[in-house]
Amino acid sequence: MAGLLHALLARGFEVVGPRRRDGVVELGPLSSAADLPAGLSSEQAPGRYRLLPRGDGAVLAHGPAAQGWRRFLQPPRERFLAASRRGRSLHVRSQAHPPPRMAFLGVRPCDLAALAALDGALLGAPADPRYAARRAGLFLVAAACVEPGGTCFCASLGTGPGARGGFDLCLTEILEGERRFLVEVGSDAGAALAQEMGLLRAPVEDRVAAARAVAGCARAQARALDLGAAALVGRSLSSPAWEAVARRCLSCGACTMVCPTCFCTTAEDELSLDRRACSRSCRWDSCFALGHSYVHGGPVRATLAARHRQWVAHKLLWQREQHGAPGCTGCGRCITWCPAGIDLTETVAALGRAEASGGGP
Amino acid sequence: MTGALRPADPMIPIPARVRRVRRETRDSVTLCLSAPRGFRFAPGQFDMLWLPGAGEVAISVAGQGEGTVEHTVRAVGEVTRAIAALRPGDVLGLRGPFGAGWPLEAVTGLDLLVVAGGVGLAPLRPLVLELLRRPGGARRAALLYGARTPDELLYRRELPAWERRGLGVRTTVDRRQPGWSGRVGLVTGLFEDLRLHPGDTAAFLCGPEAMMRFGVRDLLRLGLPPERIWVSLERSMKCGVGRCGHCQCGPLFVCRDGPVLRWDRVAPLLEVREA
Repeated sequence: MAGLLHALLARGFEVVGPRRRDGVVELGPLSSAADLPAGLSSEQAPGRYRLLPRGDGAVLAHGPAAQGWRRFLQPPRERFLAASRRGRSLHVRSQAHPPPRMAFLGVRPCDLAALAALDGALLGAPADPRYAARRAGLFLVAAACVEPGGTCFCASLGTGPGARGGFDLCLTEILEGERRFLVEVGSDAGAALAQEMGLLRAPVEDRVAAARAVAGCARAQARALDLGAAALVGRSLSSPAWEAVARRCLSCGACTMVCPTCFCTTAEDELSLDRRACSRSCRWDSCFALGHSYVHGGPVRATLAARHRQWVAHKLLWQREQHGAPGCTGCGRCITWCPAGIDLTETVAALGRAEASGGGP
Repeated sequence: MTGALRPADPMIPIPARVRRVRRETRDSVTLCLSAPRGFRFAPGQFDMLWLPGAGEVAISVAGQGEGTVEHTVRAVGEVTRAIAALRPGDVLGLRGPFGAGWPLEAVTGLDLLVVAGGVGLAPLRPLVLELLRRPGGARRAALLYGARTPDELLYRRELPAWERRGLGVRTTVDRRQPGWSGRVGLVTGLFEDLRLHPGDTAAFLCGPEAMMRFGVRDLLRLGLPPERIWVSLERSMKCGVGRCGHCQCGPLFVCRDGPVLRWDRVAPLLEVREA
């Protein structure tokens, strides 16, 4: 792991990966192997996240990091134009951001699926030029999961815990016996780096141990969303169950800030005091905000039940229709980081119960 | 008169100078702007108008002249009030045109009902002008237009001219004012006098959503099939290219898949209660 990090840094990549900060494992720039969150696991439950020490020194067995990778491809706030007034004319310049050459180290399979969803939303015609520039130069090191976070349900959606593609290299940390990594090559760029590092062909026992660990991770997941969830949500848009979940929802938008596939943004002006210079920024937005759907006269989605339904239905049903990639990857972050502990899988189960009891449409 | 070049990124506005301002009603004006070079639009599409520091708003294209583009703006919010207060010579930022317009090809050979409420006539005006340009184009079309009061009817000087050129024009108002001898009542009331051939008729509607819902309901009762009715939806629009997520209506991005949408496509989505 240290060798891989050094090789990436030596190639001039800005490396982003998991690190310990503010009591969580989050994603951020890594400058040395000491930044990696060795010997940590996370305890995750609805509305709960705690870091716990672990004796085996594992580097990648800490569950999904607190946030997804979106912020490195589409920053939470980014200036994209500057305008100035001279006399009665207006000059507008697009603000260029030379894209860093980034390597993502330790991308979970669920987050690989999330990248595919973001690609669908932001690379469609016309592509977001800033996202596209960052995405084009990206080197992806995936990390298969050998232990689930407490709120994970990727296995039920087929997005994890093993990675099937969409990476340059994929690591599986084998904790059985002596701790070691199995490296899988997923691209020519990945093969070149593996060769440069002098990696040896993995013995078959290691491949078996890695597969066993990933399969164990799938079995250890306590939550599930079955494939019928999308259709159920589609049938349940007028279900009374939305009112019930809205009574617990604080409308804070935390789920949309940690969701790795959320892509909503708004544009904001900053005007100089003399009103001659103005810049415009692209900022993350949340469909839980009342202003998100505002048209003159009021918001389209005035009730919290309507806004909560919008998010869930978009994740489970409409996002796939829009971009061909599912909006929910089973990462469990919305469950962990909801201050009210609202559990998406439980919301879907409640829709099912409401339908079964005839409370549905 | 040459307009500015268009940037590759659709999020970057092009400066557009106000050439003329025409007052339409107490709270709405038509701004005639210098058009960006090569600007072409389809009736029903919209532009994003940006006033630095005030904000940006989606406004349908109401017409085009020699090197100019027209937008009718009703001052109802912070941004539209600032835009409606602009004077000739002022400059704002323009992006567009965006979205899918009225599907003229799909209604060729059919009778066409153009149903508008209030400022909803603005995105239908270029459609009407296009019909009037086509030989015999307006003969099978009728404009049914309702506003709250006679003073709030848009394009009042143009309506009689459209009628003279062969378009059936019927107007109605919710509240009578002195001097109004025309009809009083909802725009849906105008359907009653029509000799409709539902098998050969299509309808385009634009206005407040409640007006469109009731309008469509009555048209369906008269026998028009849902797949020959189109409405123009208003939703919160920030980007115009289906990227920012604000205008979503079910799986649709209204800014990109609409704003003009076929009724059978949006009806199930509009049936879900949101307020």
